[in-house]
Amino acid sequence: MDAESLPYALDLVAGGGGRLSSEKKAALRASLLLLRRDYRFELVRFWGRIQGIRGPYYIAEGLGADRAGPRSRLYSLNCVEWSLLPPATEEMITQTAGLKGRFQGDPSYEYDSTEKKGEENERIYEEEGVPMIKEEIRLVATIDQIDKAVGIIPRSAFVKTPLGPVHENRNFEGLSLTEAKKLNSYFHFTEPVNLKNRTLLQKADLDPSIDFLDSLEHDIPKGSWSIQLERGGSMVVLRSLLWPGLTFYHIPMTKQHGYIYLGTGEKNIDLPFML
Amino acid sequence: MADPSGDPPPEAQASPASGQSSEQLDQGPPPGQGPDQPDQEPPPGQETPPAQAPYQPTQPGQEPPPGQGTPPAQAPYQPTQPGQGPYQPSQTGQSPYEPGQAPYQPQQPGQDATPPDQAPYQPHQPGQYAYEAPQVGQGPYQPLSQEPRRSIYQTYAPGQEPYQLQESRGSLYQQQEPMLGPYQPFVPGHGPYQPHEPGYGLYQPGYSPYEDEIPDPEPRALAIQNAKAYLMKSSTKSGLNLYDHLAHMLTKILDERPINAVDIIENISKDVKWAQFQKKMDTLHDEHEMLPTFELAEKYKALFLKGTGEGGDQEPEEEITDSPLPNVMETAFYFEQAGVGLSMDENYHIFLALKQLVSTQPIQTCRFWGKILGLEMNYIVAEVEYREGEEEEETEEEEVIEEGGKEGSEEKDEEEDEEKEDEPPKSTYKPPPVVPKEENRTGTNKFIYFVCNEPGKPWVKLPPVTPTQIVAARKIKKFFTGRLDAPIVSYPPFPGNEANYLRVQIARISAGTQISPLGFYQFGEEEGDEEEEGGAGRDSYEENPDFETISVMELVDSLSNWVHHVQNILMQGRCSWINPSQKSEEEEEEGEEEEKAEEPDEPQPEVGPPLLTPLSEDAEIQNIPPWTSQLSTNLVPQYAIAVLQSNLWPGAYSYAIGKKFDNIYLGWGHKYSPENYSPSMPPPVQTEYPSGPEITEMNDPTVEEEQALKAAQEEALAAAEEMDEIEEEEDEDEDD
Repeated sequence: MDAESLPYALDLVAGGGGRLSSEKKAALRASLLLLRRDYRFELVRFWGRIQGIRGPYYIAEGLGADRAGPRSRLYSLNCVEWSLLPPATEEMITQTAGLKGRFQGDPSYEYDSTEKKGEENERIYEEEGVPMIKEEIRLVATIDQIDKAVGIIPRSAFVKTPLGPVHENRNFEGLSLTEAKKLNSYFHFTEPVNLKNRTLLQKADLDPSIDFLDSLEHDIPKGSWSIQLERGGSMVVLRSLLWPGLTFYHIPMTKQHGYIYLGTGEKNIDLPFML
Repeated sequence: MADPSGDPPPEAQASPASGQSSEQLDQGPPPGQGPDQPDQEPPPGQETPPAQAPYQPTQPGQEPPPGQGTPPAQAPYQPTQPGQGPYQPSQTGQSPYEPGQAPYQPQQPGQDATPPDQAPYQPHQPGQYAYEAPQVGQGPYQPLSQEPRRSIYQTYAPGQEPYQLQESRGSLYQQQEPMLGPYQPFVPGHGPYQPHEPGYGLYQPGYSPYEDEIPDPEPRALAIQNAKAYLMKSSTKSGLNLYDHLAHMLTKILDERPINAVDIIENISKDVKWAQFQKKMDTLHDEHEMLPTFELAEKYKALFLKGTGEGGDQEPEEEITDSPLPNVMETAFYFEQAGVGLSMDENYHIFLALKQLVSTQPIQTCRFWGKILGLEMNYIVAEVEYREGEEEEETEEEEVIEEGGKEGSEEKDEEEDEEKEDEPPKSTYKPPPVVPKEENRTGTNKFIYFVCNEPGKPWVKLPPVTPTQIVAARKIKKFFTGRLDAPIVSYPPFPGNEANYLRVQIARISAGTQISPLGFYQFGEEEGDEEEEGGAGRDSYEENPDFETISVMELVDSLSNWVHHVQNILMQGRCSWINPSQKSEEEEEEGEEEEKAEEPDEPQPEVGPPLLTPLSEDAEIQNIPPWTSQLSTNLVPQYAIAVLQSNLWPGAYSYAIGKKFDNIYLGWGHKYSPENYSPSMPPPVQTEYPSGPEITEMNDPTVEEEQALKAAQEEALAAAEEMDEIEEEEDEDEDD
């Protein structure tokens, strides 16, 4: 969620039980602003908090003019000092795919990923020092995965300009109440996958400048989102069941929306059994 | 008026406007005989060019020629406005046309270039009128080009004619100086000549059949005219035209004056187009959608009202000291330090809802247990203990129901006995004895739980939990939907619906995560020996009046400073172990068919950690400590509080500082397991019958075998006969 509206927005997502202490909130207000100045970001967002065993990671991200462009991610252990994370690469994601369990809370902690491999390989690899994966890398990969999988925006909040860059839609007045309850009014804010698979009939009603992303309707498994109206129905909250802890809020008929991740950084693989 | 040019007037007035034009014609001369017009008309016609000064009196005559070919040169037509002066009165009399003209006029005041659709025509007519006299055959076109100007310069005041006349003469200059028309506020009525008159070719000022006869206008004016004609083309798809759209857009911009308009010009354009369709939708939407939110808001409001309504006089007297109502806000404050909890608004609502609960039920102690999230709705859970004696009524009801069930089954047994002969053999299967649930106020049922979906909604009491339910719930993992009556579809099948499952999870979470600082609770002194059966002796505790607070640092450093104050649930599903087969002995005396032949192995008594075990005894989860402890803040350690988070049940938090502590659960209601959940396998297929030699199929003997057997039998028979014969002979010998 945007740094500017952070204090207000945190209250809105607290329905799930995740919130920041007043100390952290106060610290964030100042440090995010300084981040913006130091790194020359156009927009700074507080992405969320991943709870490690020994302590939490606070994650922030900064964006440039193109909202869909590459984002820089930073982490902090105390909301005051931030360190830049390397951008996520495919290699990182495959490396950390096998890692399970909670985060430790120490960025330099090294995982032994050699447990599955044979002993011979272990010897070879140990000599090269390759397979020890730092928690930092795992952090990067996890954040990337979470964002790609469940980072969402309401429909028509962003427009794609003809030249490519994506900007906020200044005409976005918010979804109406009926639209807000439907899953297809929300998009994944990542590279679309299903875009071309739509039928011609569906495409006829779409507006290419707005509908350039995948909607949530076709997420697998079906029902991996929980939509609720909170605060007496004046706010709609979406919670992801695949990555529990991700909460998205939107107040219909207003421009306010945003999401935050407050969780342990683990995917809920049991989801199909639980529905 | 038309008199000098007899042809144009009739032509100009050809279609609908004809009647009006005739009126105008009639009216024209008399008003038009205002100061200058009658005199000026003929002379202007003779004079030339639009480039003359705006106030040239001779322009009227010139206007038609330039006007026809050059719409921009509508300035010359402005002079016709003065001609309109005479018409104004007639225009006002022409009500049908004025309203039609009215819409466009508002747009025209400042905008010279945005003539409304009809504007083109309006000026025409009056202009035509003015010009018909001097212009033969040129009438039809004049108004077209004049319209935009006219809108600005049309006035309602006939008295302004003198000025109008001057301005009308102004032709081109008038165009270039649109604001010269202070004397000419736009006129709503545009004369009798309407756009739809056939002679006036819509939107095509330069395309009249008479064009050939028009002398060539200046190239620039022609270009402008063509450009305008292009802009006014309607789109085949939407029926709009760019000219009007630009006009609307510029109007909107000038009205609203946004910052950086150039950056958002496309959005403004879209809005304008969008606005065409919006009006119809508004009335339909608003009324329908807001109802549910209003209802909820009313409920919230009711929460706030009831407090002041009921407790006005009574509260200050008695209940303040003894109120079981927990101080939710205080707890919420401490949890906020820990970075945990709901928003303050919600906390307050819950506070009021608990107050409502306390006032409606006979409650001794009450605690906000936590919030469990669901798919459609969430649950707010309150942990409650009834006052002594209040609960018995409900248990009696339950017993009555059970007895009634038993009687019914006995009757059925009798009937079945009669038909026993015809019945297929009854199965010898006996389900394993049901472990009886614990009594209320003990073990897992120590507290009663109330839930509601949202503060303000009615509280629902959850049924007590049974051991079978606990055992079954350990094997499944399901999300809550938010509806208490929802069925739980799972394997192994859960005996109950969502209300039961919820109750089970609450029980498990309480047993696993309700902790307190060491020493806060102590065992009562009534119980004597600690070494009672099976370690199940201690099941109650009481507050320790001599509790010495443990410093926050110590609480955080060592887990042994915390203890569980809720009994652990055994594998059996109860807190205190019961041997189910012992109970069955008692039942055997009553029952008919229970055979004691098969003695199941005596179940081993289960032992669990006793009450008030420190957390350091908790098992790790695959190298993850079961609890994470931290201070709420490192910056101000003297006021920090100790916070514990459970890693086994993510969502369970506890805090402690000094003599204050509390537990809360905010989560989905599931246990953490590092391994994936894999559902239990169905049991192996049952054997239908015991296999033995009688049933086992054997091969029929082959022919050879049968013959061999037969031969063997004959031999045996023969041998037997010989034996007999020998015996007989021996007997005979003996007789001799």
